[in-house]
Amino acid sequence: MEPEAAKLIGAGIACIALAGAGIGIGTIFGNYLAGALRNPSAAQSQFPNLLLGFALAEATGLFGLVVALILLFVL
Amino acid sequence: MASSDHTGDHHGSGSFPADPMHQFEIKRLLDINIGGFDISFTNSALFMLIAVFIISFTTIISVRKNSIIPSRMQSIVELSYEFVADMVRQNVGSQGKNYFPFIFTLFMFVLFLNMLGMIPYGFTVTSHIAVTFALAMLIFIGVTVIGFVKHGLGFFGFFVPKGVPIFMLPLLVVIEVISYFTRPISLSVRLFANMMAGHTMLKVFSGFVILMGFLGGWLPLAVMVAFTGLEILIAFLQAYVFAILTCIYLNDALHMH
Repeated sequence: MEPEAAKLIGAGIACIALAGAGIGIGTIFGNYLAGALRNPSAAQSQFPNLLLGFALAEATGLFGLVVALILLFVL
Repeated sequence: MASSDHTGDHHGSGSFPADPMHQFEIKRLLDINIGGFDISFTNSALFMLIAVFIISFTTIISVRKNSIIPSRMQSIVELSYEFVADMVRQNVGSQGKNYFPFIFTLFMFVLFLNMLGMIPYGFTVTSHIAVTFALAMLIFIGVTVIGFVKHGLGFFGFFVPKGVPIFMLPLLVVIEVISYFTRPISLSVRLFANMMAGHTMLKVFSGFVILMGFLGGWLPLAVMVAFTGLEILIAFLQAYVFAILTCIYLNDALHMH
């Protein structure tokens, strides 16, 4: 296999990490919505935590994306 | 990553009309070389300066003529002040008041850099890991120093979680130390990767508009308009997350846990 082809396949595989980020973000927003509909008065106070959880979940997936970008453009 | 020596190769996407990585290229506007160090004035530096000027001018001019019934400009500045002040109060407590100027500057700086990148032909400074990692490292070192000044050597107790069985401790301390040292990496990579991925995606979709021509190009154009709205939201959200995580790290250093 050519090294270039291996690099492109590796970059594609590294992007699978974003599936985990998608699951995490969906879980966070879904659970927030479920909680907010049960107790709307408490929803506003938990909004910063929602954004924080969203950012933390997204970051782990983005590490995979960075690996893909490094494979494509740096190595 | 987007340095000039990588922009030449297209990696098989040669027929694609828009090179998505071209927008991250750093151009030298003014060559300055002092003592072997290349400190040229680049478009990155230019956009940082623009952001600083916009923030300084709007805040200074709008609060120069203070009135009880605020003018439009004054209420914008007051709103942003209140927003950050609330964030610091809720996450750090009353001791965070001393660090409010830093958090406010950080939030406004990152927000304006992200937003300036959304202007067509603008340059996104925060899409470079060098910039975000420098910011994150500054915060990390500053917070660690604050922790040691505040608690002395007792700050090492931060790495020992309370109420766990003694045989679990060696493992947990190692995990805590590792998670502490990955903070600057996750903080910088989150901002950089979000900005970079978003702008790359916009550029790829703009390439679809050209490829699909006059008849079919309207669909990706509509998607692009929606994505631009999403990107503006992300630009704000990432600045917010950057500031709030700084608050949380500061709170850890001031109050341990």
